[in-house]
This record gives sequence, C-alpha cells and structure tokens, in this order.
Amino acid sequence: MLRRSFNVLMLSAALAAGTFGAAFAQDPVRIGVSASKTGPLAGGASGVLWPNIKLWAEKVNKAGGLKVGDQMRPIEIVEYDDKSSPEEAVKNIQRLATQDQVDLIIPPYSTGLNLATAPLIAKYGYPQIVSTGNANDLDQFVKRWPNTFWPLGPAQGIADGIVGTLKDLHNAGKIGNKVAVVNVSDAFGLEMIKTGKPALKQAGFDIVYESSYPLGNQDLAPVIASAKAANPDAFVAYSYPPDSFALTEQAQLQKFDVKAFFVSVGGNLDAYGKRFGAAANGILIMGGVNASAPVFQAYRKEHLAATGQEADWWASPVAYASLEILQQAVEHVGSLDKEALNKEIQTGTFKTVIGDVHFDNNINNNNWTVGQWSDGVVHGVRATGNLQGAQPPVLKPAWPSN
Amino acid sequence: MNIPRNEILTLGAGLAGAAVLAFLPLVTEGFWLSLSVNIMLYAAICTAWALFSGPTHLVSLASAAFFGVGTYSVAIFVDVLPFPALILIAVAAGALLAILVGLATLRLSGVYFVIFTLGLAELIGQIVTWVQTNFGGAIGLYVFTDFTETHLYWMLLALTVVVFLTGWLVNRSRLGLALRIIGNDEAVARHVGVDTARARIILFAVSGAFIAVAGAIMAPRYSYITPDAAFNPMTSFLVVIMALLGGTRRLWGPLVGVVPFTVVMDFISGHFPNQTAVIMGLAFLAIVYVLPDGVTGQLETLFRRRCSLDKSSLATTAEEGR
Repeated sequence: MLRRSFNVLMLSAALAAGTFGAAFAQDPVRIGVSASKTGPLAGGASGVLWPNIKLWAEKVNKAGGLKVGDQMRPIEIVEYDDKSSPEEAVKNIQRLATQDQVDLIIPPYSTGLNLATAPLIAKYGYPQIVSTGNANDLDQFVKRWPNTFWPLGPAQGIADGIVGTLKDLHNAGKIGNKVAVVNVSDAFGLEMIKTGKPALKQAGFDIVYESSYPLGNQDLAPVIASAKAANPDAFVAYSYPPDSFALTEQAQLQKFDVKAFFVSVGGNLDAYGKRFGAAANGILIMGGVNASAPVFQAYRKEHLAATGQEADWWASPVAYASLEILQQAVEHVGSLDKEALNKEIQTGTFKTVIGDVHFDNNINNNNWTVGQWSDGVVHGVRATGNLQGAQPPVLKPAWPSN
Repeated sequence: MNIPRNEILTLGAGLAGAAVLAFLPLVTEGFWLSLSVNIMLYAAICTAWALFSGPTHLVSLASAAFFGVGTYSVAIFVDVLPFPALILIAVAAGALLAILVGLATLRLSGVYFVIFTLGLAELIGQIVTWVQTNFGGAIGLYVFTDFTETHLYWMLLALTVVVFLTGWLVNRSRLGLALRIIGNDEAVARHVGVDTARARIILFAVSGAFIAVAGAIMAPRYSYITPDAAFNPMTSFLVVIMALLGGTRRLWGPLVGVVPFTVVMDFISGHFPNQTAVIMGLAFLAIVYVLPDGVTGQLETLFRRRCSLDKSSLATTAEEGR
C-alpha cells in the first residue's frame, strides 16, 4: 500500500516536471548524427552530408528553431565519426539512442553503413531517411524495416538513364548508333555496366568499343585513344570521380569529338564544371537537378554562404531535402513521437529544394538520372517518374581549341 | 596429462570470468553491449592472430582476408543453410585459405611475408567482386537474420573461450614448442629436426579459421555484405596494433591490449569526434615509444625487477625482451 502510493507520488512528480519543463524551458531538440569524418568514406561525407547538416541546423536555429507543436525549440546536433566502419557506426547509433537519448537521428553516409545500422535504428524506432544510399531490391528492405526511406530511389534504372537519352537523340536522327562504353572495374562500375550494356544493345546501339580500367588508374590516354580509333557517335563512361576527370581531360587533349559524351559520378561536382569551364558545355552526367527552379538556386547560394563550399548538382540537394522532410514531418505531426513521424513520412508530401517529394512504399520514384552541363550549370535532361523541369538534351559541340 | 597446479587455477579463473561475462546482456542491452561486442570481436581476432604471429614473429596482415572469407561464407549460404552449418563452412574456408597461403609463402619471411598478406585481402576482395558481377546477381548480398546484439555477443564470447583453450593446448603441445624454436631461430629449428613448414602451416590454418568464424558471426550485423566492407584492410591493421599493444608473448597479452585500446578509442571518438585521427596517431606513437614490448612485456619487466635485485638477471630480462 505504502509502495503503491509512493509510486503514484513519483509518477505525479514526474508528470509535473514534464509539463513544467515543456512549458518553461525551451530545451533543444537533440538530433544525433553518426557519419564518416575519417576513412575512405570521409571524402564523400564531407562533400555531401556534413555541409548540409551544418547549413540546415544554422538555418533552422536562425529562424527561431524547430516547430514542435506550439513551441519553437532550437536544435542541437550531436555528432560522431564512424571512421567508415560498420562496427563504429553500430556503436555510435547505440550511443546516440541509449546514452545521449537523442530525439531524432540523421543516418550515416553510404549504402553499406545505412544498411548496417538499419536494424538498430529500427529497434529504437527512429525514421531513417537514407539520403546518400540506394540498393537493388529495396522493397524487401522496406518490408523488413518500414522506418527506412529512400529518396534516391532504387539502384536499378540509374545506368539506363543515359541509354534512354541516347535513344531519344538517335530516334530524332541527331546521332548515329555507334557507342563506345567504358567502366571503372570496381563495384559501382561493374554493376552499372551489367545493366547498361544490355540496355544499349536492346536499344539497337552498336557497341564499337568496350573497355574497363582499374580504380585509381590515372593514365587513361590509351582508353581514349582506342575509343577515338573506333570512331563512335557517343561515348559512355560508368566512372568514378578521379577517372571522370581524367577521361574528360584526355578526350579534350586528343580532340576526341563525339556528339554525346557521358561521365558518371564526379561529373556532378561543381569542381568538374570549374575545371573544364567552357569545354564542359554539352557534357552529359549521371544525376542532375532542376537548375531553373528558384528554390534550388536559393539553396545553392545558402550552401556556399554557410559552408564555404559549393553544392554539387545531384547528391547535395537530395541530402538537404532529406533534412527538410524530417523537419516538415515534425511540424506536420506536432510532436517528436517516432511512430507518428514514420507514418507521416510514409504518407505525406514535402516541399523541398528538389521539389515536392512523396514516398511510394517508402521509395522516391522521381529521380534525375541524366544532366547536362551548360555554361557552368547542370540542367536535368532525364528523370524517372514524373519530375518536372527536364530540358531537352543538346548535341555536344566540338572541344574548344586550347 | 600432467598439468601444473597454477595452470589449472588460471584455467578455472578464466572460465569463471567468461561465465560472469556471459551475464552482461542481462544488465545492459544498449550502448555498453555494442561496445562489448566490439571488444569481444577484437579479443577473439587478436588472440587468434597472436596464436600464429606471436611465436613465429611473422606479422600477418591477412586478418581482413580471413574475416572477409568468413563473412562471405554466411552471405552466400544464409538463405539455404542453418547458421551452425555456416560457421563450419567458415572454418573450412578460413583454414583452406590459410593452407594455400601457407604453401605459397613457405620461403617468405620478414617483410616479404607481411607484404604478401597485405595484398591477400585486396586480391580476394577483387576476385569476389569479379565473380559476383560475372556470375552473381549484384555486388551486395543481403544477410537477414533474427540475431540481436545479445546473440552476437554470446557467440563471440564462446569463440574467444575456444580460441583461448586452443592456444593453451597448443602451448602445451610439441607443436607449440616447435613454433617457439622457429620464432627464435628458424635455422636452429630446422637443424634440430623441426618440420618448420608443417608447423607454420598448421598454426596459420588454426588462426585463420578462427578469424573467419569471427567474420561469419559479424555478417548478420552488416546486413548488406559488399567486398569493400568485408575485406576492409583497416581490420588487419587494428588487429596488429591492438595485439602489439598488449604484447604477444603471453596468450592473454592481446586481451590486455584490446580492452584498453577499444575503451580509450571509444572515449576519444565520443568526446573529440573531429580530432580522432590526430589523437589516434599520437597514441600510436606513444605506444611504440613507451611500450615497445606491449603492456604484458612492461608488466613482466616491472615484476621481475621487483623480485630480483640481482643485476645479472635484470640483464637477461632485458635481453629476452628484444
């Protein structure tokens, strides 16, 4: 009896503390991040994920905080380095959930680390908006962990984007049907060529040159020389940042003129546009944005001002949009209840820097697959789903004389 | 078997300690459990590594290769076979790889062996990538199980106990004696009739099989297995650093390195997330300068110095420490 009344007393004390605390102190909303600051993934994370977290947190706090119900609460970022290792990432998520007891979690950088941390994030019920990863067969993943969301969409289809663009150009009679295709022989390049090559053949293209090169190979002059000797109409490279730069450089040096020139990851970086200047005009890249949307243009300016570095033309706005989705979900729900947030993200529509985002079975099926450089700006030319603002692709002019 | 009394006591104490540790998941299932899983993982791998590299003085950077082979043993067969069978496959795959490598590197010693083993993880990672793109579906493989951190912890604890028991048995056997002679002087070992090749390969296989099992146990935690993650060279380096910090002259040496290393690194990455790499680098330098023989080596030197005031015995201790 005594014990019971004691419990009741404690309960009411706790309730009172809770209500008073909420009413008087504007305690911050604590948001945990575990992502790579060191190790092989640090380069990508510090280019795409960390700057956007900084920008978002600054922007929200400058506007008075995150609107939770009828109060504005500042946000506080609790960040840890996962050293690009699943072991550390798992431990960090545990630390965030059980030691720091954060209100929300921003998941790690890269597909692998997101998948490794998914079981734990799901165990604690946090929404996991994976802005920097995708994989094949996402459906089975969503079925298992319905709190995971995939703004970049499935991996299938990304390699086929350029094939569709080339087919359109060919059907319009603008290019012939001879294609040279090369890939970096690393996980990404191999996976892309695996779906890209059959798609090219099925679309009726004649593959006149095909080659792969190891990751980290800087001497790509022979690759471009052989591709040029095959005299193709289009050049497709499923490439990574260092080789995207090196292939473009060699093509320019050797005056390898094709009507369509495509590079993959790396072509979306602002540094790529700066490096090649006017010579980048007409180059096709993987990814893209709706560059003419005012909301995106404003975002680029803010990104530069807040972080001192330029946003890229594919991944950065998606990373930022994922934070906007989290923020709007909290505002729509009016609380930090994780279950309610998951439900809201599953069903709601969110206004972001990449346009309106709506998840279909937790997957965003509207994504840019091909973009094109034009005077220092990338315009999206092809997308999956019903994205608006695609520009018609233009033929690449001859390399300017240097 | 004639077992000295103090070894029976140590054995009993070790088993009792393991029994106590088995209750940890009942106390906590959050952060501390995950930290313990990491500690237990490296305790198992580092001790297994030291089984071979301790007595032979051959620094192996092949841990990532064995770990990855174990991880892939699970990833490939997880949908068709029960988990215990997968562990057996990992044992077989790890041992087989070690035997192949052992046969190929019989004549390599010193730095040549180190370089070969460093390349091994990369080589196998590339082969797996190539096989998967040409014959498999995609690069990544899903591993979905119902294991929680508690299960992983228990499995790793059991593995660590088995590694320790094996190490203890090897130390007491003719094989252990042979390896100690090889480590001190291979030419002498050959002259007294030790089959150096056979001894090296057997122990490398035992060590590799255990590391592969550790990889197999961790596969469910990764969920999505890619060659980059499974054959991460960082694993090999961490194992060597932790084992050397502890010292490899005693079976429990690596354990003495793993626990403080993991805890201190966790403290650093928890409190200085932006300076981790710098502080880690300084810590490594400090270890090499201050504790060249590892924690156990240092402890033993201190212990002997206190026990004996005789200068000549001090000199022998210093000599042995080299």
